[in-house]
Amino acid sequence: MKSRKLSIPYIIWMLVFTMIPIVMIGVTAFRDKNGGFSLEPFQKAFGYSNVFLKSLLIAFLSTLICLVLAYPLAYLLTKMRHSTQQTVQMILMIPMWMNFLLRIYAWVILLQKNGPLDTALSILGIHGSYIGNTAAVIVGMVYEYLPFMVLPIFTVMSKIDHNLIEAAQDLGSNSAAVFRKVIFPLSVSQYLGGTDDIMIGDVIDKIFWTDQNVGSAISLVLMIFIFVFLVLMNLFGDEEAIA
Amino acid sequence: MEQIQKKVIVSLKDIFLRYDGEVILNHINLDIHEKEFVTILGPSGCGKTTTLRIIGGFTEPESGDVIFDGKRINGLPPHKRNVNTVFQKYSLFPHLNVFDNVAFGLKLKKVPKDEIKRKVLKMLAIVDLKGYEKRSVAHLSGGQQQRVAIARALVCDPEIILLDEPLGALDLKLRKSMQLELKEIQQQTKKTFIYVTHDQEEALTMSDRVVVMNNGVIEQIGTPEDIYNEPVNAFVADFIGEANILNGMMMGDCRVRILGKELTCVDKGFGTNTPVDVVIRPEDVIITTPENGQLTGVVENVTFKGVHYEMSVRVGKCEILVHSTDSAEIGSEVGLRVIPFNIQIMNKLLPIQSNTVETVVTYASEEEQTFEFELEGETVTVNKKYIPQGSRVRIHLPFDALSITGKGDGDLKDVYIESVVYKGEHNEIILESDTRKWLMLSDTDEQVATYVPLYFDFSKASFEILPEPQAEEGA
Repeated sequence: MKSRKLSIPYIIWMLVFTMIPIVMIGVTAFRDKNGGFSLEPFQKAFGYSNVFLKSLLIAFLSTLICLVLAYPLAYLLTKMRHSTQQTVQMILMIPMWMNFLLRIYAWVILLQKNGPLDTALSILGIHGSYIGNTAAVIVGMVYEYLPFMVLPIFTVMSKIDHNLIEAAQDLGSNSAAVFRKVIFPLSVSQYLGGTDDIMIGDVIDKIFWTDQNVGSAISLVLMIFIFVFLVLMNLFGDEEAIA
Repeated sequence: MEQIQKKVIVSLKDIFLRYDGEVILNHINLDIHEKEFVTILGPSGCGKTTTLRIIGGFTEPESGDVIFDGKRINGLPPHKRNVNTVFQKYSLFPHLNVFDNVAFGLKLKKVPKDEIKRKVLKMLAIVDLKGYEKRSVAHLSGGQQQRVAIARALVCDPEIILLDEPLGALDLKLRKSMQLELKEIQQQTKKTFIYVTHDQEEALTMSDRVVVMNNGVIEQIGTPEDIYNEPVNAFVADFIGEANILNGMMMGDCRVRILGKELTCVDKGFGTNTPVDVVIRPEDVIITTPENGQLTGVVENVTFKGVHYEMSVRVGKCEILVHSTDSAEIGSEVGLRVIPFNIQIMNKLLPIQSNTVETVVTYASEEEQTFEFELEGETVTVNKKYIPQGSRVRIHLPFDALSITGKGDGDLKDVYIESVVYKGEHNEIILESDTRKWLMLSDTDEQVATYVPLYFDFSKASFEILPEPQAEEGA
């Protein structure tokens, strides 16, 4: 049997930075401000359920838009020459090497008042700032998660046996029918990313500064939600789909 | 004329195709008749699948015409051709059940639902899959999947069915029964079948006509009997069935000299003193007493094959394969006879006496006794021989001066093995390099259609220095 000694630093790391904080959150969530046991934080946490629902809605919309954009792009990608495929993949990947915050700030600059979008639209007589609304959040999320949608769909599609496509053509399918009857049904796999922790994360961030207990309670609820989602995905999705 | 000549349904005219600079099909001409079972037979890499794909519309030729029912169909996409294919790996749609796989083509043609149902069920009955409609194709055996693929192609009622080694993945017993079934289906449905295989027995069993291909060219087209009994060259004779292929010399009409004896044959018109290839099928060799034999030899090996004995008889240096219902003792001397009709004379595949290279010396050193010349863009060094720089030289390389095993990259890096024919003593191997062909002898079996390095043994070569003004002599 292999020695487990090498994993000790990793275990310590996990213990200090993951396990202990989780336990602390768990403990804090059941306390009131004076340190006594209380379910009050949970009561207060459910007061934020509208934010929670909005987060889910934004996540759902972003996922939908990502899918609508990514699916045709992935399909086009499979039809390109190998060298072009690689170039497009690079273009999708390179922004991901940058820090998340930097990428989001780039969007802030693009969308802010007197930014490029505002300047362009002012030609048409429309002025204003385009940040700070739900649409801007969705734009940012779509931008952020699009590569995570395109690449797995592309992988699934390029795994489709080329002989099946030829067989479909042979039996009388034009390219639209090949797509409709073979590529689409074979590529529709249960790919649904989990993008639902940003908005409520925002709330947690804010609340933690004022009320640690309520923040902890929301965190705990959120963790349970994510855990439930993961279990569901494991039940219904095959391993390849959860990329 | 019209009564005996069947209508040509598809015709390939002067088809030429290269892929990555390699010639895949070298000016192919082929006519296929209506309701005919044609097999394209050849070793892997000979271009047979490509020929099929050109008919199916999956590959476009670089030049040449594809004529279907009198119309040129170059550039017409597969879905607009009245041709259906049974693919090598079946290519059934994994997301559809047996019924929907077979109905795929009909649904696209917008055939009414009840008619689809009737046709599909009828076709499934023909291929012996009644009651399998709702099964998932993933849960069928290889033979069943194969039959679904055949039904899926046939149900569309095309003029032509293309079959690309459809039985390749099945085991021997299943393959044999599927061969007969396919032939039956073809006769029942009265369709034109174009079948691609590398299995000569399959080709002989099923076909009305066989097209033998090698290295991008058609070697012979004929009925299975023609191909077997009257092969046009040593490649076809060797590829189809078992054969003794010997080097012979035509002494005149109907007289051929093999293994030091002059025998009577029935072939004329080869001229006098012409080197030829001679084919004698093992079952045509008659074993007799040494006094009565045209040739005599010693029995080296006897194997019982059920229907007959397979014997190997050594005549001089040469090994002759004999199939006979009578056995002979190992080590005994026997006589061999062949009736003139069973001696088949063929032109040599590559009628040369030796491999000759005419070149100019590009570098030479008298001290080191060496010189160099350029051959197909590579520098070849000759050791232990000095010829001054700039001289024109003709080098004769006998067949045994060539070899495909040795140190380093070889004098020529990648030559293509075009054919390997066992001549009773050695294998005669024809190699193709960028600009020419080479003939070499080898005692080991080599894989055709592969690339190997080629080495020259110049100690066996003879050199002829040519006069400075350009000499116009044939090689």
